[in-house]
Amino acid sequence: MKSRFIASLLLGTALTLAAGGMASAGDKVVKIGALSDQSGLYSDLGGPGSTLATQMAIEDSGLAGKGWKIDVISGDHQNKPDIGTSIARQWFDVDKVDIIVDVPNSGVALAVNNVVKEKNGVYINSGAATSDLTNAQCSPNTVHWTYDTYMLAHTTGQALVKAGGTSWFFLTADYAFGAALERDTTAVVTANGGKVIGGVKHPLNTSDFSSFLLQAQSSGAKVIGLANAGGDTTNSIKQAAEFGLTKGGQKLAALLLFLTDVKSIGLDIAQGLNFTETFYWDMNDQTRAFSDRFAKRMRNGAPPTMVQAGVYAGLLHYFKALEALGENPHDGVKVVDKMKSIPTEDALFGKGEIQPNGRTIHTAYLFEVKKPSESKGPWDLYKLVGSVPGDQAFTPLDKSACALLKK
Amino acid sequence: MTSITDETLPITPRAMRDEMIVFVIMAALLAIVPFTGLYPFFVMQALCFALLACAFNLLIGYGGLLSFGHAMFLGTAGYCSAHALKVWGFPPELGILTGIAGAFVLSIITGYISIRRQGIYFSMITLALSQLLYFVYLQTPFTHGEDGIQGIPQGKLFGFIDLSKPVTLYYVVLVGFLAGFLLIFRTINSPFGEVLKSIRENEQRAISLGYKTDQYKLLAFILSGTIAGFAGSLKVFVAQNASLTDVHWSMSGEIVLMTLVGGLGTVFGPVVGAFVIIAMQQYLAGFGQWVTVIQGVIFVACVLTFRRGVVGEIAHLFKRSL
Amino acid sequence: MQALYAQLLVGLINGSFYALLSLGLAVIFGMLNIINFAHGALYMMGAFCAYFLLNLGGINYWWALLLAPIIVGIFGMILERTLLQWLTGLDHLYGLLLTFGIALIVQGIFQNYFGSSGLPYAIPDQLRGGMNLGFMFLPIYRGWVVVFSLVVCLATWFLIERTRLGAYLRAATENPTLVRAFGINVPRMITLTYGLGVGLAALAGVLSAPINQVRPLMGADLIIVVFAVVVIGGMGSIMGSIITGFALGVVEGLTKYFYPEASNTVVFVLMVLVLLVKPTGLTGRAA
Repeated sequence: MKSRFIASLLLGTALTLAAGGMASAGDKVVKIGALSDQSGLYSDLGGPGSTLATQMAIEDSGLAGKGWKIDVISGDHQNKPDIGTSIARQWFDVDKVDIIVDVPNSGVALAVNNVVKEKNGVYINSGAATSDLTNAQCSPNTVHWTYDTYMLAHTTGQALVKAGGTSWFFLTADYAFGAALERDTTAVVTANGGKVIGGVKHPLNTSDFSSFLLQAQSSGAKVIGLANAGGDTTNSIKQAAEFGLTKGGQKLAALLLFLTDVKSIGLDIAQGLNFTETFYWDMNDQTRAFSDRFAKRMRNGAPPTMVQAGVYAGLLHYFKALEALGENPHDGVKVVDKMKSIPTEDALFGKGEIQPNGRTIHTAYLFEVKKPSESKGPWDLYKLVGSVPGDQAFTPLDKSACALLKK
Repeated sequence: MTSITDETLPITPRAMRDEMIVFVIMAALLAIVPFTGLYPFFVMQALCFALLACAFNLLIGYGGLLSFGHAMFLGTAGYCSAHALKVWGFPPELGILTGIAGAFVLSIITGYISIRRQGIYFSMITLALSQLLYFVYLQTPFTHGEDGIQGIPQGKLFGFIDLSKPVTLYYVVLVGFLAGFLLIFRTINSPFGEVLKSIRENEQRAISLGYKTDQYKLLAFILSGTIAGFAGSLKVFVAQNASLTDVHWSMSGEIVLMTLVGGLGTVFGPVVGAFVIIAMQQYLAGFGQWVTVIQGVIFVACVLTFRRGVVGEIAHLFKRSL
Repeated sequence: MQALYAQLLVGLINGSFYALLSLGLAVIFGMLNIINFAHGALYMMGAFCAYFLLNLGGINYWWALLLAPIIVGIFGMILERTLLQWLTGLDHLYGLLLTFGIALIVQGIFQNYFGSSGLPYAIPDQLRGGMNLGFMFLPIYRGWVVVFSLVVCLATWFLIERTRLGAYLRAATENPTLVRAFGINVPRMITLTYGLGVGLAALAGVLSAPINQVRPLMGADLIIVVFAVVVIGGMGSIMGSIITGFALGVVEGLTKYFYPEASNTVVFVLMVLVLLVKPTGLTGRAA
C-alpha cells in the first residue's frame, strides 16, 4: 500500500487516477503517455522536447474548448525494454492511458508495440527507426510517423549514387539497426548501378574510429556510408575530418543524423554532409512559426527535431480522428482505423496518408549541412538539396511484410 | 579491512524462529497483493529481481564471493526460455526448465573458471566472463540483437493454468519465488551453509580442517547461478520479452545494488532491496531527466549512512538475525 | 602489411588514453584503496572544462591542458574530503558504490544542462593537418597525443616511484600511523593523491576533447575498459597500468583490423586469460 501511496504522490496522478476510473466507453476524456528516453542517448532528439510537443499539440488542437479533457503523463524508459513495457502496462492498467507517443530506441519501441496491441491502445511512434514496426511486427494499433530505416537508406542512397557516388564503403554499428540500414542502403545502391566495395562493423558506443576510417580511406570508395547513430555517428564524422577523408575527395553519407547531432558536431566539421530528414524547422513560414513557439519553451532554446515534430503532427492527426468520431471510444483499433481513413495534413509535414500497415507517408528531404559562412544563426544549419515524394521514399505496400495487408 | 558482512549473528534456534516468523508474514503479505489494488505487474517484476538478488546474496553474503556478472545467468535463462517458448513452442513448464538448464550449464563452466580466484579478482573475472557472453548474444542471430525476442507467448502451465491472466500469473510467480527463497533459506541453514560461512571467515582454516573449499565454492556458485536462472525464466513470463539489457554489466551492478540497499548477508535484505530499486525505477520515471541524479544521491546516502542496508539496520537495532 | 602498420600506430594512440586513465585509477587504488568508478565522469568533466574555458573565458587549448586538470583536481579533492574519506577501512565494494553514485550524479547534472549529443571542440590551430608517413596519413594532433601522454605517464611514475614525496606517499599507504609519527600530514597526502589521480583523468579528457564529442556520457562507455586495463596490469601497479594501457591499445587496434566486431570485447578475453595464468595481474602484488 505504501508504494502505491508513493506512486500517486510522485507521479502527481491522484487526480488523473480518479478521472481514469470514471472513463467508460465513449466519453471526451483522453490520456496521453509520452514515453521517451529522458536522460540517455536519445533525450535530445526526443525526451523533454517530445513532452513539450505533446502539450503544444493539445493546446493547438483546441479540443479543450470543445469540452474535451486531455491529460499528459511522461515517462523515462531508460532505453530498457523491460522498463518500457512495465511503464506502458502500468499506464494502461492503472492510469488508463489511451495513447502512447514517441518511444525512441528500436528495441523498446518493438516491446511497447506488443503491449499496446495487447491492451488495445493507440501507439504513435515517432522516435524509433526500425521499419519492422510496419513490416514483420506491424499492429492494427500502431502508426509509425516521421522516419524509418528503409526511408533513410532509400532517399540518401539513391540521391548520392545519382550524384556520382557509385562505390560505397560502410561503417556499420554492429547491431540490428545498423545491419538493417546497411542492408537497405546496399539494395538501393546496387539497384541504381552503384556497387559496395567493402565495409566494417564496429561495436556500439565506440569512441575511436580511426582504425575503421583508415580502412575506409584505403578502400578508395567514393562514398563512406555511416550506418550508425548518435555518438557513434558524430564521432566518426569528426574523426573522418581529422584523418582528411573528405579532403581526399571521399564523401560521407550519414544515414541517420538529427538536427541536434549536426549542432553538436559544429558546421566547421559537418559542412557538406548529405543526409535525409522529413522535417526541418526552417522550411517555410508555418514550420518557422511553430519552431519559434517551441524554442521559446525549450530550456535550451532549441528548435524541434523531426522526432519531436512527428510527435506533434501525429497527435494532431489523432485528435482529428477523435473529433471525427465525436467521442473517445477507448478502442485503439477503432481510432487507428479512423486515423488511416483521413488523409494527413499539417503545418509541419504537409500532406500525406497513413497506409494500412500503419506507415505514415510524407515527403522526405535531402539536406546538406551549410558552410559556416552560409549560416546566419545558431540553428541555421541545413540547406535543402532535394525532396522525394512520400510514396517513393517509404516501403512500397507490395514489399511490406505486414500481415495486416494480407486480409 | 573489515569484511562486508561483519556481524552475522550465530544461528540459534531463536534466530531460526524469528526468520520463520518473518517469512510467514512476508508470504502472507505477498499473497494478498492482488486484493490490495497494488499493481500486480510491478510486484511480479520485483519478485523476479528479489529472487535474483537472493541468489546473488547466497554467494556474497554467505560465501564471500562478489560476482559482478550475475546478469549473465538472468539473461541466459531468459533467452533460453524465450526461444523455447516462442520458436520451439514449448509449454511454460518446459520453457522454464530449458532456461534453468541453460543457466545450470553456464554456471558450471563459469564457476569452474572463476572460483579459483578471490576477492576483487573473482569479481573481475565474473565481469569479464559476462562481457564475453554479452558479445556472444549480440552476435548470435537467435537473440535478435538489440531488438530482443519480443511477444513471447505465456501459454498454459501444465496445460490448464492460464498464465495470460495477471492474477494467475502473479500467484505462479509468487509460488516460484517462495520456492526459490526457501531453497536458499534451507541451504544457508544447512551444514553446507555452515561450511560456506567458515570458508568466508577463514578459508585457510577451513582447508586445514579438511574441507575441499573449492568444491564447496563451486557448488554454491552453481546453486546461485541456477536459481538466478530460474528468476530469469520467470521474468520472461512477466515481461514477455528477453533482451540484451538483461545481460549487460549494468544489470549485474543493479543486482549488487539491490542486495546492498536491502542488506548484504541478511536473509530478507535482497527482497527488500529489490522492491526498493524496482519501485525507484518505476515511480521515479515521472521525474524524467533527474532520475539518474536521484539514484546517484541514494547510492551515496546509502553507503555513507546505512551500510548494513535496510534490513541489516533493522536487525542490528533489534539485535536479531533477519 | 602497410595497413597493419597503420593499425598498430592507431592502436598506440588509443593506448595513450587508456594509459592515462588507468594510471589515474591505479594511483588512486594504490594509495587510497578505492576503486574509483567516478573516473569516467571526471574524465568527462575535464573535456567540458576545456570547452568552457574556451567558450566562456576565451582560454585556449594549451592553457586548458594546465588549468582543467587543476580545476577538476580541486573538485576531486573536495569530493575526497567530504565523501570518500569516510570509507577508510571499509571493503572495496563501498568505495566502488559510492564513486558509482557520484558518477551518476555528475553525469546526470551535465546531461540536464548540456543534453546528450554533446558540444564541439576544435583541434588547436598549431596541431591541425597531418603528415604522410608513407603507410598512412597521421593527423598531427594524434601524434601529439601519444608523445604528450607518454611524457605525462613517465613523469607520474617518476614522481611516485623515485622521489621523496612519492616515498612518503607509498609509506603512508603501507603504515599511516608510523608515517604520521614522523610528522607528516597523512590525510592531506591522501587528498593530494586523489587530486593527482583525478587531474590525470581530466587531462585525458582535455586531450580527447578535439577528437571525440564532448558528451556527458563520454566517460561512462570507457570506464569499464579502463578497469580491465588496471586489473590486467595488476591493481595498483603504476608501471603495469601504463604498459598495459599502451599494449591494450595495440591489441585492440589489431582486433579492429582482423575482427572489428570484437574490438570492445577483446580486453575481457585478455582479462580472463591473464587472471587464469597470473591471478594478480601482469605486474601486480598479492591481493
